[in-house]
Amino acid sequence: MSQQYPALLVIVPLLSALAVAVAGWVNRKWCFPLAAAALAVAAWSSVGLLFRVLHEGVVIYQLGGWPPPVGIAYYVDHLNGLVLPLVSIVALLNIMASKKSVEQEFPDKICAFYTLYLLMVTGLLGIVVTGDAFNLYVLLEIAALTGYGLLAIGEKRSQLATLHYLYMGTIGACFYLLGVGYLYIVTGSLNMVDIAEILPDLYHSKAVIASFIICMVGVWLKMAFFPLHAWLPNAYTYAPSASSSLIAPLVTKVMVYVMIRLILTVFTPKFAFAAIVLSDAVVWLAVIAVVMGAILALAERDLKKMSAYIIVTEVGYMVGGAWLGNRIGMTGAILHIVNDALMTLCIFLVVGNIVYKVKGYAFDDLPGLFRKMPFTMGAFVIGAMSIIGVPPTCGFFSKWYLIAGAISAGRYDFMAALLFSSLISVVLFFRVFEISYYEPFGDSHGHDDRSGGIDEAPVTMVVPLLMVAAILILLGLYTDYIVNHIVQFAIPEALV
Amino acid sequence: MNDLVATIIAKYNYWIYITLMMAGLYAMIAKNNLVKKIVGMNIFQTAIILFYVSIGVKKGATIPILEHAHGHGHDAHQAVHATDYINPLPHVLMLTAIVVGVATLGVALALAIRIYNTYHTLEEDEILAQIREE
Repeated sequence: MSQQYPALLVIVPLLSALAVAVAGWVNRKWCFPLAAAALAVAAWSSVGLLFRVLHEGVVIYQLGGWPPPVGIAYYVDHLNGLVLPLVSIVALLNIMASKKSVEQEFPDKICAFYTLYLLMVTGLLGIVVTGDAFNLYVLLEIAALTGYGLLAIGEKRSQLATLHYLYMGTIGACFYLLGVGYLYIVTGSLNMVDIAEILPDLYHSKAVIASFIICMVGVWLKMAFFPLHAWLPNAYTYAPSASSSLIAPLVTKVMVYVMIRLILTVFTPKFAFAAIVLSDAVVWLAVIAVVMGAILALAERDLKKMSAYIIVTEVGYMVGGAWLGNRIGMTGAILHIVNDALMTLCIFLVVGNIVYKVKGYAFDDLPGLFRKMPFTMGAFVIGAMSIIGVPPTCGFFSKWYLIAGAISAGRYDFMAALLFSSLISVVLFFRVFEISYYEPFGDSHGHDDRSGGIDEAPVTMVVPLLMVAAILILLGLYTDYIVNHIVQFAIPEALV
Repeated sequence: MNDLVATIIAKYNYWIYITLMMAGLYAMIAKNNLVKKIVGMNIFQTAIILFYVSIGVKKGATIPILEHAHGHGHDAHQAVHATDYINPLPHVLMLTAIVVGVATLGVALALAIRIYNTYHTLEEDEILAQIREE
């Protein structure tokens, strides 16, 4: 059984997606338990796989018994061993938390929603687990196409926003495909490990350099790296809460994982940081991304769009950290994939709870929420502290590594950008705290619900949210373990 | 000059795919109608499919079907000259990419229908004007 974990991860959600679609015709009530059970199996397998990687080292799973490079192999090392549980656990927590909100927002589309949800998770897990460059493209598109469906269920403006996302997402995926094509021309292989073995003789080939840059631009488009971010805020804001709290934490982070995988495994740090001179320019872009993301977030007057711009900032952190070209920065970037996914999940689940109760996410809807929804807002405070970077929450530790990496690389501009955006985050979140704590009740809608007292979201929404908040603190406390036992081995020794 | 012409002619498949790709990108950026943008996107994808198909081609080679591969006797053990056959792998990959392209086109057109039902137009500037008025 444990030998089959890499395949189970992808197969179980994929087949369950079909089962959910069929079950929906018979009885709509079966959709949720089936989907949740499938995600639980995926989460179980991914955690089991992580422990196997910790004990045995790299796990290579040959699909159909065909050895690479002819067959497609799943390649699991410490890097995706860490990201796989993250993706499956975030998906599982979110499906639990969003059950009520799905039933409230689009009761007639429950079945379609869970089918797409499972297919999306299949795509994301597949992207992370695969060791084949072309297979990655196909799964990228599976995740993207289902993502468009999930986002477009939302309010009136969501379809146009999703169409813009679709244009940009397709260009991004096509660029990645083009880059893989150039790699295939020069190496004749699609297996990542195989390509990495063939490439060193070709580091000065123009085709390899072109392929690297084209792949990077494609991946940056998909992860909304600053100048290419324009699709993200609207697409995530107008989506239904249940979709945005799945897609906002995972998609950008999985794409950051793809970038780090390309740098570390396929092209190797020797090529990415030494053979071509690109890292300085990319860190500059990251500096601009961090600063601009923070400023754009400051201009927003609603909680969900503000959080969407914070994602743009966080993507800047991770890209910058990865491109600093040293071990500490890369550690920070990998750690931040995990931390930021959970922080974003926390914030978007809070938004989901608020939308469930108040039917809005603008700042005008927030007054009095601390008294009305104490548990939700408590979790919001922890999530906000983590994004600001207050110890002992996990956000502090990854930011610490990023700043240490910036100092040891001599990039004080990146360090300054990180500190600046942390300060902006303080302003962003304390403004929300102030509105929802001090401002008087329900004046904006003209009715006074001062008499209300506690009116918290349902237990099924609050409990997963509190679990996420607890994980944020636990991850912070166990950062040392994660770095020394997992992240340490995810980075090749060539990178110092 | 002759060198330039020779380079262009020798690598004409790349020039064709780049031209198509840029045509598609131009349509996506410059056109105002959503369906025209979607068609541009499809041209963009098709250009990359053509690129992949063209890299599998070899001069004087034929389709990769071994005529007597499962035959009996000495035929089965004959060595296969890779130069006699075009590379099938890029073509197989593109079958998948074509499916992805069709699916993307389908989703995009479905979204365009939903947008048309909401705003009763497919011209982007008119839709944005309506959004601003709200």
